[in-house]
Amino acid sequence: MTSLAIEVAKVLVVLIGVLNLAAILTWMERKQSAVMQDRIGANRASILGFRAFGLFQVLADSIKMFVKEDFIPPLGNRFLHTLAPFLSAFFALIGFAAIPFGNTIRLFGRDISLQVVDLNVGVLYIFAAMSLGIYGVVLAGWSSNNNYAFLGGMRGSSQMFSYEITIGATILGVLMIFESMSLQTIVQAQGALLWGVIPKWGVVLQPVGCLLFLVAGVAETKRVPFDLPEGESEIIGYFVEYSSMKFGLFMLTDFVETVLISALITTLFFGGWQVPYLMDDGFHFPGGFEISLSGILVSVLQVTSYCVKVFFFCWFLLLVRWTLPRFRYDQLMRLGWKMVFPLSILNLLVTSLVILLMH
Amino acid sequence: MNSRELTFKERLYIIEVFKGLWLTSKHFFGNLKKHLARQLGLNRLERGAVTFQYPEERRPFSPRYRSRHRLTMRDDGSPRCVACMMCETACPARCIYIVAGEHPDPNIEKFPVRFDIDLGVCVFCGFCVEACPEDAIRMDTGIVEIAAYSRKEMIYHIEDLLQ
Repeated sequence: MTSLAIEVAKVLVVLIGVLNLAAILTWMERKQSAVMQDRIGANRASILGFRAFGLFQVLADSIKMFVKEDFIPPLGNRFLHTLAPFLSAFFALIGFAAIPFGNTIRLFGRDISLQVVDLNVGVLYIFAAMSLGIYGVVLAGWSSNNNYAFLGGMRGSSQMFSYEITIGATILGVLMIFESMSLQTIVQAQGALLWGVIPKWGVVLQPVGCLLFLVAGVAETKRVPFDLPEGESEIIGYFVEYSSMKFGLFMLTDFVETVLISALITTLFFGGWQVPYLMDDGFHFPGGFEISLSGILVSVLQVTSYCVKVFFFCWFLLLVRWTLPRFRYDQLMRLGWKMVFPLSILNLLVTSLVILLMH
Repeated sequence: MNSRELTFKERLYIIEVFKGLWLTSKHFFGNLKKHLARQLGLNRLERGAVTFQYPEERRPFSPRYRSRHRLTMRDDGSPRCVACMMCETACPARCIYIVAGEHPDPNIEKFPVRFDIDLGVCVFCGFCVEACPEDAIRMDTGIVEIAAYSRKEMIYHIEDLLQ
Protein backbone atom coordinates (compact mmCIF):
# COMPACT_ATOMS: atom_id res chain seq x y z
CA MET A 1 0.00 0.00 0.00
CA THR A 2 2.71 2.43 1.03
CA SER A 3 4.81 1.52 -1.96
CA LEU A 4 1.83 2.18 -4.23
CA ALA A 5 1.33 5.58 -2.57
CA ILE A 6 5.01 6.37 -3.16
CA GLU A 7 4.70 5.40 -6.83
CA VAL A 8 1.61 7.56 -7.28
CA ALA A 9 3.35 10.45 -5.49
CA LYS A 10 6.34 10.17 -7.83
CA VAL A 11 4.08 10.12 -10.91
CA LEU A 12 2.24 13.19 -9.65
CA VAL A 13 5.44 15.06 -8.83
CA VAL A 14 6.86 14.44 -12.31
CA LEU A 15 3.59 15.10 -14.16
CA ILE A 16 2.69 18.26 -12.28
CA GLY A 17 6.28 19.46 -12.36
CA VAL A 18 6.55 19.02 -16.12
CA LEU A 19 3.15 20.54 -16.88
CA ASN A 20 3.88 23.53 -14.69
CA LEU A 21 7.30 24.02 -16.20
CA ALA A 22 5.70 23.86 -19.67
CA ALA A 23 3.13 26.48 -18.62
CA ILE A 24 5.83 28.70 -17.17
CA LEU A 25 7.79 28.29 -20.40
CA THR A 26 4.96 29.98 -22.30
CA TRP A 27 5.45 32.99 -20.03
CA MET A 28 9.22 32.66 -20.23
CA GLU A 29 9.15 32.55 -23.99
CA ARG A 30 7.30 35.85 -24.17
CA LYS A 31 9.42 37.52 -21.53
CA GLN A 32 12.75 36.13 -22.69
CA SER A 33 12.16 37.08 -26.30
CA ALA A 34 11.13 40.54 -25.13
CA VAL A 35 14.25 41.03 -23.04
CA MET A 36 16.42 39.74 -25.90
CA GLN A 37 14.82 42.25 -28.26
CA ASP A 38 14.90 45.26 -25.89
CA ARG A 39 11.16 45.05 -25.29
CA ILE A 40 9.14 44.49 -22.12
CA GLY A 41 6.75 41.71 -23.08
CA ALA A 42 3.40 40.65 -21.68
CA ASN A 43 2.78 42.55 -18.43
CA ARG A 44 -0.88 43.57 -18.49
CA ALA A 45 -2.69 40.55 -17.04
CA SER A 46 -3.37 41.38 -13.43
CA ILE A 47 -5.34 40.10 -10.46
CA LEU A 48 -6.58 42.94 -8.23
CA GLY A 49 -4.07 45.26 -9.81
CA PHE A 50 -1.22 42.91 -8.95
CA ARG A 51 0.72 42.16 -12.10
CA ALA A 52 3.53 39.78 -11.04
CA PHE A 53 5.55 40.56 -14.18
CA GLY A 54 2.82 39.19 -16.41
CA LEU A 55 2.85 35.71 -14.85
CA PHE A 56 -0.95 35.75 -14.76
CA GLN A 57 -0.85 35.83 -18.54
CA VAL A 58 -0.46 32.05 -18.41
CA LEU A 59 -3.67 31.81 -16.39
CA ALA A 60 -5.50 34.25 -18.66
CA ASP A 61 -4.37 32.35 -21.76
CA SER A 62 -5.54 29.00 -20.44
CA ILE A 63 -8.93 30.40 -19.36
CA LYS A 64 -9.28 31.90 -22.83
CA MET A 65 -8.37 28.56 -24.41
CA PHE A 66 -10.98 26.70 -22.36
CA VAL A 67 -13.90 29.02 -23.02
CA LYS A 68 -13.39 29.43 -26.76
CA GLU A 69 -15.54 27.59 -29.27
CA ASP A 70 -14.30 24.12 -30.04
CA PHE A 71 -14.70 23.75 -33.77
CA ILE A 72 -14.50 20.48 -35.67
CA PRO A 73 -14.47 20.84 -39.46
CA PRO A 74 -17.70 19.29 -40.79
CA LEU A 75 -15.93 17.28 -43.50
CA GLY A 76 -13.11 16.13 -41.25
CA ASN A 77 -12.96 12.89 -39.34
CA ARG A 78 -14.59 13.71 -36.03
CA PHE A 79 -13.02 10.93 -33.98
CA LEU A 80 -9.46 11.24 -35.24
CA HIS A 81 -9.63 15.01 -35.15
CA THR A 82 -10.43 14.84 -31.44
CA LEU A 83 -7.94 12.08 -30.77
CA ALA A 84 -4.89 13.74 -32.38
CA PRO A 85 -4.12 16.48 -29.81
CA PHE A 86 -4.51 14.02 -26.95
CA LEU A 87 -2.14 11.54 -28.62
CA SER A 88 0.34 14.34 -29.17
CA ALA A 89 0.32 15.49 -25.56
CA PHE A 90 0.18 11.94 -24.18
CA PHE A 91 3.25 10.66 -26.00
CA ALA A 92 5.20 13.78 -25.13
CA LEU A 93 4.36 13.36 -21.44
CA ILE A 94 4.96 9.62 -20.96
CA GLY A 95 8.58 10.03 -22.01
CA PHE A 96 9.37 11.58 -18.65
CA ALA A 97 8.60 8.32 -16.83
CA ALA A 98 12.03 6.88 -17.59
CA ILE A 99 14.09 9.95 -16.82
CA PRO A 100 15.72 9.90 -13.37
CA PHE A 101 15.61 13.15 -11.45
CA GLY A 102 17.67 12.01 -8.49
CA ASN A 103 19.66 9.13 -7.03
CA THR A 104 18.05 6.42 -4.89
CA ILE A 105 17.36 7.90 -1.47
CA ARG A 106 16.78 6.17 1.88
CA LEU A 107 13.74 7.65 3.58
CA PHE A 108 12.04 6.11 6.67
CA GLY A 109 13.82 2.82 6.12
CA ARG A 110 12.81 2.54 2.47
CA ASP A 111 14.87 2.86 -0.67
CA ILE A 112 13.11 5.25 -2.99
CA SER A 113 14.43 5.59 -6.49
CA LEU A 114 13.81 9.14 -7.70
CA GLN A 115 12.48 8.03 -11.05
CA VAL A 116 9.00 6.97 -12.01
CA VAL A 117 10.09 3.65 -13.52
CA ASP A 118 13.65 2.36 -13.79
CA LEU A 119 13.36 0.62 -17.15
CA ASN A 120 16.40 -1.29 -18.30
CA VAL A 121 15.50 -0.16 -21.83
CA GLY A 122 14.75 3.41 -20.79
CA VAL A 123 16.43 4.98 -23.81
CA LEU A 124 14.46 2.83 -26.24
CA TYR A 125 11.25 3.57 -24.37
CA ILE A 126 11.73 7.33 -24.63
CA PHE A 127 12.52 7.17 -28.33
CA ALA A 128 9.53 4.94 -28.93
CA ALA A 129 7.36 7.55 -27.19
CA MET A 130 8.93 10.35 -29.20
CA SER A 131 8.41 8.48 -32.48
CA LEU A 132 4.78 7.78 -31.62
CA GLY A 133 4.38 11.52 -31.16
CA ILE A 134 4.39 11.71 -34.97
CA TYR A 135 0.94 10.10 -34.96
CA GLY A 136 -0.51 13.16 -33.28
CA VAL A 137 0.92 15.39 -36.00
CA VAL A 138 -0.05 13.18 -38.94
CA LEU A 139 -3.56 12.47 -37.67
CA ALA A 140 -4.15 16.16 -36.97
CA GLY A 141 -3.09 17.07 -40.49
CA TRP A 142 -4.95 14.24 -42.13
CA SER A 143 -8.26 14.30 -40.25
CA SER A 144 -8.79 18.05 -40.69
CA ASN A 145 -9.70 17.73 -44.38
CA ASN A 146 -7.63 20.82 -45.14
CA ASN A 147 -4.83 20.88 -47.69
CA TYR A 148 -2.62 23.13 -45.60
CA ALA A 149 -3.09 21.03 -42.50
CA PHE A 150 -2.30 17.94 -44.57
CA LEU A 151 0.85 19.55 -45.95
CA GLY A 152 1.88 20.53 -42.42
CA GLY A 153 1.30 17.01 -41.19
CA MET A 154 3.37 15.53 -44.02
CA ARG A 155 6.17 18.01 -43.43
CA GLY A 156 6.04 17.26 -39.72
CA SER A 157 6.26 13.52 -40.15
CA SER A 158 9.08 13.58 -42.71
CA GLN A 159 11.03 16.07 -40.58
CA MET A 160 10.61 14.01 -37.44
CA PHE A 161 11.60 10.79 -39.22
CA SER A 162 14.72 12.38 -40.66
CA TYR A 163 15.95 13.80 -37.39
CA GLU A 164 14.97 10.82 -35.27
CA ILE A 165 17.53 8.77 -37.18
CA THR A 166 20.20 11.28 -36.18
CA ILE A 167 19.05 11.19 -32.58
CA GLY A 168 19.26 7.40 -32.60
CA ALA A 169 22.75 7.44 -34.09
CA THR A 170 24.07 10.00 -31.59
CA ILE A 171 22.52 8.12 -28.69
CA LEU A 172 24.33 4.94 -29.76
CA GLY A 173 27.65 6.59 -29.01
CA VAL A 174 26.53 7.34 -25.46
CA LEU A 175 25.14 3.85 -25.03
CA MET A 176 28.44 2.29 -26.15
CA ILE A 177 30.46 4.36 -23.70
CA PHE A 178 28.27 3.78 -20.65
CA GLU A 179 27.32 0.25 -21.70
CA SER A 180 23.74 0.51 -20.52
CA MET A 181 20.29 1.43 -21.78
CA SER A 182 18.95 2.33 -18.36
CA LEU A 183 19.06 6.09 -17.92
CA GLN A 184 19.68 5.75 -14.16
CA THR A 185 22.76 3.62 -14.84
CA ILE A 186 23.97 6.09 -17.48
CA VAL A 187 23.63 8.98 -15.03
CA GLN A 188 25.36 7.05 -12.25
CA ALA A 189 28.24 6.24 -14.60
CA GLN A 190 28.62 9.94 -15.35
CA GLY A 191 29.52 10.55 -11.70
CA ALA A 192 32.97 9.04 -12.23
CA LEU A 193 35.97 11.26 -12.90
CA LEU A 194 38.19 11.29 -15.97
CA TRP A 195 41.87 11.35 -14.96
CA GLY A 196 40.62 12.22 -11.47
CA VAL A 197 39.78 15.77 -12.49
CA ILE A 198 37.09 16.15 -15.15
CA PRO A 199 33.61 14.77 -14.49
CA LYS A 200 32.92 11.93 -16.90
CA TRP A 201 29.89 13.63 -18.44
CA GLY A 202 28.59 12.66 -21.85
CA VAL A 203 29.52 16.04 -23.29
CA VAL A 204 33.18 15.48 -22.43
CA LEU A 205 33.28 12.05 -24.05
CA GLN A 206 30.91 12.83 -26.94
CA PRO A 207 31.18 16.56 -27.77
CA VAL A 208 30.17 16.09 -31.41
CA GLY A 209 27.37 13.74 -30.43
CA CYS A 210 26.09 16.30 -27.96
CA LEU A 211 26.01 19.05 -30.58
CA LEU A 212 24.27 16.82 -33.13
CA PHE A 213 21.77 15.69 -30.51
CA LEU A 214 21.04 19.31 -29.73
CA VAL A 215 20.40 20.10 -33.41
CA ALA A 216 18.21 17.04 -33.92
CA GLY A 217 16.47 17.69 -30.61
CA VAL A 218 15.49 21.20 -31.64
CA ALA A 219 14.19 19.72 -34.90
CA GLU A 220 12.15 17.20 -32.89
CA THR A 221 10.38 19.93 -30.97
CA LYS A 222 9.15 21.41 -34.29
CA ARG A 223 10.02 24.94 -33.24
CA VAL A 224 11.96 27.68 -35.01
CA PRO A 225 14.44 27.25 -36.77
CA PHE A 226 12.80 23.93 -37.70
CA ASP A 227 9.16 24.99 -37.55
CA LEU A 228 8.31 23.98 -41.11
CA PRO A 229 5.35 21.78 -40.03
CA GLU A 230 3.86 24.92 -38.49
CA GLY A 231 5.20 27.49 -40.94
CA GLU A 232 3.20 30.29 -39.34
CA SER A 233 3.70 32.66 -42.25
CA GLU A 234 2.73 30.25 -45.00
CA ILE A 235 0.66 27.16 -44.16
CA ILE A 236 -0.11 27.60 -40.43
CA GLY A 237 0.49 23.90 -40.18
CA TYR A 238 -1.11 20.70 -39.06
CA PHE A 239 -3.22 22.39 -36.37
CA VAL A 240 -4.77 25.00 -38.67
CA GLU A 241 -8.25 23.53 -38.11
CA TYR A 242 -7.96 23.38 -34.35
CA SER A 243 -9.33 25.84 -31.87
CA SER A 244 -9.96 26.03 -28.17
CA MET A 245 -8.04 23.76 -25.78
CA LYS A 246 -7.32 21.23 -28.52
CA PHE A 247 -5.08 23.82 -30.10
CA GLY A 248 -3.84 24.57 -26.59
CA LEU A 249 -2.82 20.93 -26.23
CA PHE A 250 -0.70 21.15 -29.39
CA MET A 251 0.94 24.29 -28.05
CA LEU A 252 1.48 22.61 -24.70
CA THR A 253 3.01 19.62 -26.49
CA ASP A 254 5.56 21.92 -28.08
CA PHE A 255 6.64 23.16 -24.69
CA VAL A 256 6.52 19.72 -23.08
CA GLU A 257 8.75 18.47 -25.89
CA THR A 258 11.13 21.35 -25.21
CA VAL A 259 11.29 20.24 -21.59
CA LEU A 260 11.72 16.61 -22.70
CA ILE A 261 14.62 17.45 -24.98
CA SER A 262 16.22 19.54 -22.22
CA ALA A 263 15.78 16.68 -19.76
CA LEU A 264 17.29 14.22 -22.26
CA ILE A 265 20.29 16.43 -23.01
CA THR A 266 20.81 16.85 -19.28
CA THR A 267 20.50 13.14 -18.62
CA LEU A 268 22.61 11.85 -21.47
CA PHE A 269 25.25 14.53 -21.88
CA PHE A 270 25.36 16.74 -18.79
CA GLY A 271 25.40 14.26 -15.94
CA GLY A 272 21.69 14.19 -15.08
CA TRP A 273 21.36 14.81 -11.36
CA GLN A 274 25.12 14.60 -10.77
CA VAL A 275 26.88 17.54 -9.18
CA PRO A 276 30.61 17.62 -10.04
CA TYR A 277 32.72 16.04 -7.27
CA LEU A 278 29.65 15.28 -5.13
CA MET A 279 29.73 11.68 -3.88
CA ASP A 280 27.20 9.98 -1.58
CA ASP A 281 28.88 11.37 1.54
CA GLY A 282 29.82 14.87 0.40
CA PHE A 283 32.17 16.75 -1.88
CA HIS A 284 35.53 15.22 -2.82
CA PHE A 285 37.51 17.84 -4.70
CA PRO A 286 40.56 16.72 -6.74
CA GLY A 287 43.06 18.49 -4.47
CA GLY A 288 42.09 16.23 -1.55
CA PHE A 289 39.78 18.89 -0.15
CA GLU A 290 36.59 17.36 1.26
CA ILE A 291 33.25 18.56 2.63
CA SER A 292 31.12 15.88 4.22
CA LEU A 293 27.35 16.27 3.90
CA SER A 294 24.41 14.23 5.18
CA GLY A 295 22.63 11.89 2.79
CA ILE A 296 19.44 13.97 2.58
CA LEU A 297 21.36 17.15 1.81
CA VAL A 298 23.24 15.35 -0.97
CA SER A 299 19.92 14.18 -2.46
CA VAL A 300 18.47 17.67 -2.26
CA LEU A 301 21.56 19.07 -3.98
CA GLN A 302 21.31 16.43 -6.69
CA VAL A 303 17.64 17.05 -7.44
CA THR A 304 18.28 20.80 -7.44
CA SER A 305 21.18 20.34 -9.82
CA TYR A 306 18.95 18.31 -12.15
CA CYS A 307 16.24 20.98 -12.11
CA VAL A 308 18.74 23.78 -12.68
CA LYS A 309 20.27 21.97 -15.63
CA VAL A 310 16.89 21.23 -17.23
CA PHE A 311 15.87 24.85 -16.71
CA PHE A 312 19.11 26.06 -18.24
CA PHE A 313 18.55 23.96 -21.36
CA CYS A 314 14.96 25.17 -21.62
CA TRP A 315 16.38 28.68 -21.54
CA PHE A 316 18.95 27.74 -24.15
CA LEU A 317 16.37 26.21 -26.48
CA LEU A 318 14.27 29.37 -26.19
CA LEU A 319 17.40 31.40 -26.93
CA VAL A 320 17.96 29.36 -30.09
CA ARG A 321 14.29 29.71 -31.02
CA TRP A 322 14.45 33.51 -30.78
CA THR A 323 17.83 33.90 -32.46
CA LEU A 324 17.89 31.86 -35.63
CA PRO A 325 15.79 32.42 -38.74
CA ARG A 326 13.85 29.55 -40.23
CA PHE A 327 15.20 27.07 -42.77
CA ARG A 328 13.69 26.52 -46.16
CA TYR A 329 12.26 23.04 -46.47
CA ASP A 330 14.93 21.74 -48.85
CA GLN A 331 17.63 23.24 -46.61
CA LEU A 332 16.08 21.43 -43.67
CA MET A 333 16.21 18.10 -45.46
CA ARG A 334 19.74 18.76 -46.73
CA LEU A 335 20.92 19.60 -43.24
CA GLY A 336 19.23 16.50 -41.87
CA TRP A 337 20.35 13.94 -44.42
CA LYS A 338 23.57 15.33 -45.89
CA MET A 339 25.22 16.93 -42.89
CA VAL A 340 23.85 15.95 -39.50
CA PHE A 341 23.19 12.29 -40.27
CA PRO A 342 26.58 11.48 -41.89
CA LEU A 343 28.33 13.35 -39.09
CA SER A 344 26.51 11.28 -36.49
CA ILE A 345 27.53 8.09 -38.30
CA LEU A 346 31.14 9.34 -38.41
CA ASN A 347 30.91 10.14 -34.71
CA LEU A 348 29.66 6.62 -34.08
CA LEU A 349 32.51 5.15 -36.12
CA VAL A 350 35.20 7.12 -34.30
CA THR A 351 33.67 6.28 -30.93
CA SER A 352 33.60 2.56 -31.64
CA LEU A 353 37.18 2.67 -32.97
CA VAL A 354 38.40 4.39 -29.80
CA ILE A 355 36.52 1.93 -27.60
CA LEU A 356 37.96 -0.97 -29.58
CA LEU A 357 41.52 0.38 -29.22
CA MET A 358 41.14 1.02 -25.50
CA HIS A 359 40.05 -2.55 -24.74
CA MET B 1 21.32 44.02 -54.57
CA ASN B 2 24.93 43.09 -54.05
CA SER B 3 25.32 39.60 -52.73
CA ARG B 4 28.73 38.17 -52.16
CA GLU B 5 29.80 34.56 -52.02
CA LEU B 6 29.78 33.19 -48.50
CA THR B 7 33.18 32.23 -47.19
CA PHE B 8 33.82 28.68 -46.07
CA LYS B 9 33.64 29.74 -42.42
CA GLU B 10 30.21 31.24 -42.97
CA ARG B 11 28.98 28.24 -44.92
CA LEU B 12 29.86 25.99 -42.00
CA TYR B 13 26.92 27.77 -40.36
CA ILE B 14 27.71 26.56 -36.87
CA ILE B 15 30.19 29.35 -36.10
CA GLU B 16 27.72 31.97 -37.27
CA VAL B 17 25.01 30.32 -35.17
CA PHE B 18 27.12 30.67 -32.06
CA LYS B 19 27.95 34.27 -32.96
CA GLY B 20 24.23 34.97 -33.22
CA LEU B 21 23.51 33.23 -29.94
CA TRP B 22 26.30 35.22 -28.30
CA LEU B 23 24.78 38.48 -29.54
CA THR B 24 21.25 37.71 -28.38
CA SER B 25 22.38 36.39 -25.01
CA LYS B 26 24.46 39.55 -24.54
CA HIS B 27 21.28 41.56 -25.09
CA PHE B 28 19.39 39.22 -22.79
CA PHE B 29 21.77 39.48 -19.84
CA GLY B 30 22.48 43.18 -20.36
CA ASN B 31 18.78 44.03 -20.38
CA LEU B 32 18.05 41.63 -17.53
CA LYS B 33 20.67 43.41 -15.41
CA LYS B 34 19.11 46.80 -16.17
CA HIS B 35 15.58 45.52 -15.44
CA LEU B 36 16.72 44.04 -12.13
CA ALA B 37 18.57 47.22 -11.14
CA ARG B 38 15.41 49.21 -11.91
CA GLN B 39 13.18 46.87 -9.96
CA LEU B 40 15.49 46.92 -6.95
CA GLY B 41 15.79 50.68 -7.12
CA LEU B 42 19.54 50.67 -7.70
CA ASN B 43 19.56 52.43 -11.03
CA ARG B 44 16.40 54.13 -12.23
CA LEU B 45 18.02 55.98 -15.11
CA GLU B 46 18.90 53.09 -17.39
CA ARG B 47 15.96 51.31 -18.98
CA GLY B 48 16.20 47.72 -20.17
CA ALA B 49 13.68 48.27 -22.96
CA VAL B 50 12.82 50.91 -25.51
CA THR B 51 9.09 50.33 -24.98
CA PHE B 52 6.69 53.17 -24.21
CA GLN B 53 3.88 51.78 -22.04
CA TYR B 54 1.37 53.49 -24.29
CA PRO B 55 -1.81 54.54 -22.51
CA GLU B 56 0.10 55.62 -19.41
CA GLU B 57 3.25 56.78 -21.12
CA ARG B 58 3.16 58.77 -24.33
CA ARG B 59 5.80 59.45 -26.88
CA PRO B 60 6.41 63.16 -27.36
CA PHE B 61 5.24 64.26 -30.81
CA SER B 62 7.34 66.29 -33.17
CA PRO B 63 6.07 69.88 -33.33
CA ARG B 64 5.37 69.31 -37.04
CA TYR B 65 3.24 66.24 -36.37
CA ARG B 66 -0.17 66.43 -38.06
CA SER B 67 -2.85 65.42 -35.57
CA ARG B 68 -6.61 66.14 -35.49
CA HIS B 69 -7.68 69.49 -36.94
CA ARG B 70 -8.95 72.44 -34.97
CA LEU B 71 -10.45 75.76 -36.05
CA THR B 72 -8.77 78.78 -34.49
CA MET B 73 -10.87 81.52 -32.97
CA ARG B 74 -10.93 85.32 -32.95
CA ASP B 75 -10.71 87.20 -29.64
CA ASP B 76 -14.51 87.18 -29.35
CA GLY B 77 -14.70 83.40 -29.76
CA SER B 78 -16.05 83.28 -33.31
CA PRO B 79 -14.15 81.22 -35.87
CA ARG B 80 -11.36 82.94 -37.81
CA CYS B 81 -12.56 81.09 -40.86
CA VAL B 82 -13.97 83.28 -43.60
CA ALA B 83 -15.47 80.40 -45.59
CA CYS B 84 -13.24 81.08 -48.63
CA MET B 85 -13.38 77.37 -49.58
CA MET B 86 -9.59 77.25 -50.14
CA CYS B 87 -9.21 74.23 -47.87
CA GLU B 88 -12.20 72.50 -49.41
CA THR B 89 -10.65 73.02 -52.84
CA ALA B 90 -7.20 71.91 -51.78
CA CYS B 91 -8.41 68.78 -50.02
CA PRO B 92 -7.38 65.71 -52.07
CA ALA B 93 -9.71 63.45 -50.13
CA ARG B 94 -12.65 65.86 -50.37
CA CYS B 95 -13.51 65.42 -46.75
CA ILE B 96 -14.23 69.08 -45.93
CA TYR B 97 -17.72 70.48 -46.40
CA ILE B 98 -18.34 74.20 -45.82
CA VAL B 99 -21.57 76.22 -46.02
CA ALA B 100 -20.86 79.96 -46.04
CA GLY B 101 -23.05 82.63 -44.50
CA GLU B 102 -23.11 86.46 -44.56
CA HIS B 103 -21.17 88.00 -41.71
CA PRO B 104 -22.77 91.02 -39.96
CA ASP B 105 -19.39 92.83 -39.76
CA PRO B 106 -18.82 94.52 -43.18
CA ASN B 107 -15.03 94.05 -42.78
CA ILE B 108 -15.49 90.29 -42.81
CA GLU B 109 -17.29 89.03 -45.83
CA LYS B 110 -18.41 85.54 -44.83
CA PHE B 111 -18.31 83.04 -42.00
CA PRO B 112 -18.91 79.27 -42.01
CA VAL B 113 -22.42 78.21 -41.07
CA ARG B 114 -21.28 74.64 -41.36
CA PHE B 115 -17.74 73.33 -41.34
CA ASP B 116 -17.61 69.51 -41.41
CA ILE B 117 -14.55 67.32 -41.68
CA ASP B 118 -15.12 63.64 -42.30
CA LEU B 119 -12.15 62.18 -40.40
CA GLY B 120 -13.00 58.75 -41.71
CA VAL B 121 -12.03 60.03 -45.18
CA CYS B 122 -9.28 62.54 -44.26
CA VAL B 123 -5.77 61.49 -45.24
CA PHE B 124 -4.05 63.91 -42.84
CA CYS B 125 -1.98 65.48 -45.62
CA GLY B 126 -2.17 68.98 -44.12
CA PHE B 127 -2.98 70.71 -47.45
CA CYS B 128 -5.95 72.47 -45.83
CA VAL B 129 -3.63 74.03 -43.26
CA GLU B 130 -1.26 75.20 -45.99
CA ALA B 131 -4.08 76.53 -48.17
CA CYS B 132 -5.71 78.60 -45.44
CA PRO B 133 -5.05 82.33 -45.91
CA GLU B 134 -6.44 83.21 -42.45
CA ASP B 135 -4.58 80.67 -40.30
CA ALA B 136 -8.04 79.44 -39.34
CA ILE B 137 -7.37 75.70 -39.49
CA ARG B 138 -4.50 73.98 -37.76
CA MET B 139 -3.50 70.38 -37.11
CA ASP B 140 -1.72 70.81 -33.78
CA THR B 141 -4.16 69.41 -31.22
CA GLY B 142 -2.03 66.36 -30.50
CA ILE B 143 -5.18 64.22 -30.58
CA VAL B 144 -4.48 60.95 -32.39
CA GLU B 145 -7.06 58.60 -30.87
CA ILE B 146 -9.85 59.31 -33.33
CA ALA B 147 -12.27 56.42 -33.23
CA ALA B 148 -16.02 55.95 -33.34
CA TYR B 149 -18.60 53.22 -33.56
CA SER B 150 -20.13 54.45 -36.82
CA ARG B 151 -19.04 56.35 -39.91
CA LYS B 152 -21.46 59.15 -39.01
CA GLU B 153 -19.71 59.76 -35.72
CA MET B 154 -16.44 60.22 -37.60
CA ILE B 155 -17.77 63.45 -39.12
CA TYR B 156 -16.67 66.34 -36.92
CA HIS B 157 -18.78 69.50 -36.98
CA ILE B 158 -17.79 73.09 -36.37
CA GLU B 159 -18.61 72.89 -32.64
CA ASP B 160 -16.23 69.90 -32.20
CA LEU B 161 -13.50 71.54 -34.23
CA LEU B 162 -13.66 74.84 -32.36
CA GLN B 163 -12.94 73.15 -29.03
